[in-house]
Amino acid sequence: MNRCTERVYNGLVKENPTFVLMLGMCPTLAVTTSAINGVGMGLSTTVVLVLSNMLISMLRKVIPDSVRMPAFIVVVASFVTIVQFLLEGFVPSLYDALGLYIPLIVVNCIILGRAESYASKNPVLPSIFDGIGMGLGFTVGLTCIGIVREVIGAGQIFGYQLLPLADEAAGKAGYVPVTIFILAPGAFLVLAGLVALQNKIKKNAAKKGKKVTETSGCGEGCGSCGGCSGKVFPTGNEE
Amino acid sequence: MSENNLLKMSSSPHIRSKITSSNIMLLVVVALLPSAAFGVWNFGLPALIMLISTTVSAVLTEYIYEKLMHKKVTINDFSAVVTGLLLGLNMPATAPWWMGALGSVFGILIVKQLFGGLGQNFMNPALGARCFLLISFTGPMTRFIYDGVTGPTPLALLKGGEAVDTMDMLIGTVPGTIGETSVIAIIIGAILLILTGVIDLRIPGTYIVSFVLFVGIFGQFTEASVGLFDPQYITAHLCGGGLMLGAWFMATDYVTAPITKKGQYVYGALLGILTGLFRLFGGSAEGVSYAIIIGNLLVPLIERVTLPKPFGKGGEK
Repeated sequence: MNRCTERVYNGLVKENPTFVLMLGMCPTLAVTTSAINGVGMGLSTTVVLVLSNMLISMLRKVIPDSVRMPAFIVVVASFVTIVQFLLEGFVPSLYDALGLYIPLIVVNCIILGRAESYASKNPVLPSIFDGIGMGLGFTVGLTCIGIVREVIGAGQIFGYQLLPLADEAAGKAGYVPVTIFILAPGAFLVLAGLVALQNKIKKNAAKKGKKVTETSGCGEGCGSCGGCSGKVFPTGNEE
Repeated sequence: MSENNLLKMSSSPHIRSKITSSNIMLLVVVALLPSAAFGVWNFGLPALIMLISTTVSAVLTEYIYEKLMHKKVTINDFSAVVTGLLLGLNMPATAPWWMGALGSVFGILIVKQLFGGLGQNFMNPALGARCFLLISFTGPMTRFIYDGVTGPTPLALLKGGEAVDTMDMLIGTVPGTIGETSVIAIIIGAILLILTGVIDLRIPGTYIVSFVLFVGIFGQFTEASVGLFDPQYITAHLCGGGLMLGAWFMATDYVTAPITKKGQYVYGALLGILTGLFRLFGGSAEGVSYAIIIGNLLVPLIERVTLPKPFGKGGEK
């Protein structure tokens, strides 16, 4: 079971898909206008990720190597369709807010990346926990970005008015929302800020002797992924 | 200059200039003073508070950031003062002072320091800050109160097809941001910069000429009463809005303008066309800020294309 908790820790902290691997940037930047959207998107992705990791891991000896990509896509797309219908049926408000980005989960590179680099090479149980870890890491990332953008850009948190807004017509003093943060440029600013912050925290922790970051990333059987992401995004975990 | 004495250079007759970045920046500050003074006279105390707020917060942000990051403190080079002052001149006097301060923090911290400080910023910090504020607080940033009356700027009138008084626009007794209204005050500062060699005519000249050509040719398509090269319409467009301030003081920023001569002509022409495009066919009446920051982003490409050939290179294949 140790390997399973390690996978969760790996996804949440060491190889957090949002802040370290910088994967899935399209939904990260586009839907995090509020915290609730971030949570919704993160959890939808987590469900798809866990299920697809499980199924792909089960089928890993059946799927021929040469057609693995189409096979993965079919598996992922089936789960995304299920999630889409569930969201439309039970949380229509979230469905409307996320819009186009739900079907786009199919091409989210975290899901295909985990299928290719982990689930297709490892047993079922660790694959499920890998999906949980990565999914939760993504959810945490999106939620953090969503919270910061919502608080600064609208003075709200999860739809609750945290800071009373100023009302110029009534002469009431209060918080004037910095609208740019819930628009597109704000996503980039907040993402950059949070990545810098987590690098700083990890760097300080590493200085104190706690071994938090490991440059090579996943040494436990997913060399292709960790090695590649390490090369492409050296800023993530150089220290 | 004492550290330079340690560098004993020999052979080649090197010429050492006495011009430093702080001299240049100080001259820019002096050249901006006429506009600032006119703005304070025109809009009263709120304009002075705004200018002080933006300038002080720009310098403070630079100081605090460099202290925290254990970098060499560079507030003595006056570049932060220039950024703060330019931002202040680009703000409406009626906006709350903290808005200007927030803009200065954004301009210095995000646009300038995070990219490496003076000389490394990819975009004019003052304009980056202005666009940040314009997107964030569209209401207060585009509401101009003059003589106690909320009124449209001359450019907005022009866009609405109404008549404007060009003389008032030349002197500056019209609604607008603190520093942009008086063309005369800006020209005084610009002449000082040209005479002292801080800027030359290449960028502002091509900017204004290409803008005039664009407005002259395309003005008739947006306004029925305007003919081809209508002098009244062109003059109004030249004197209105931030064109003069932008052309003389912001497009000429050393860091964010091309260094090649050919590139400067391309850059100026590009700014003129973009500004005309935004003003005539865009949604809002003004377009100088966006034109200049888009131009800033294209500077690396312009420089790449216009790189001069070393002697003996190229030629016939």
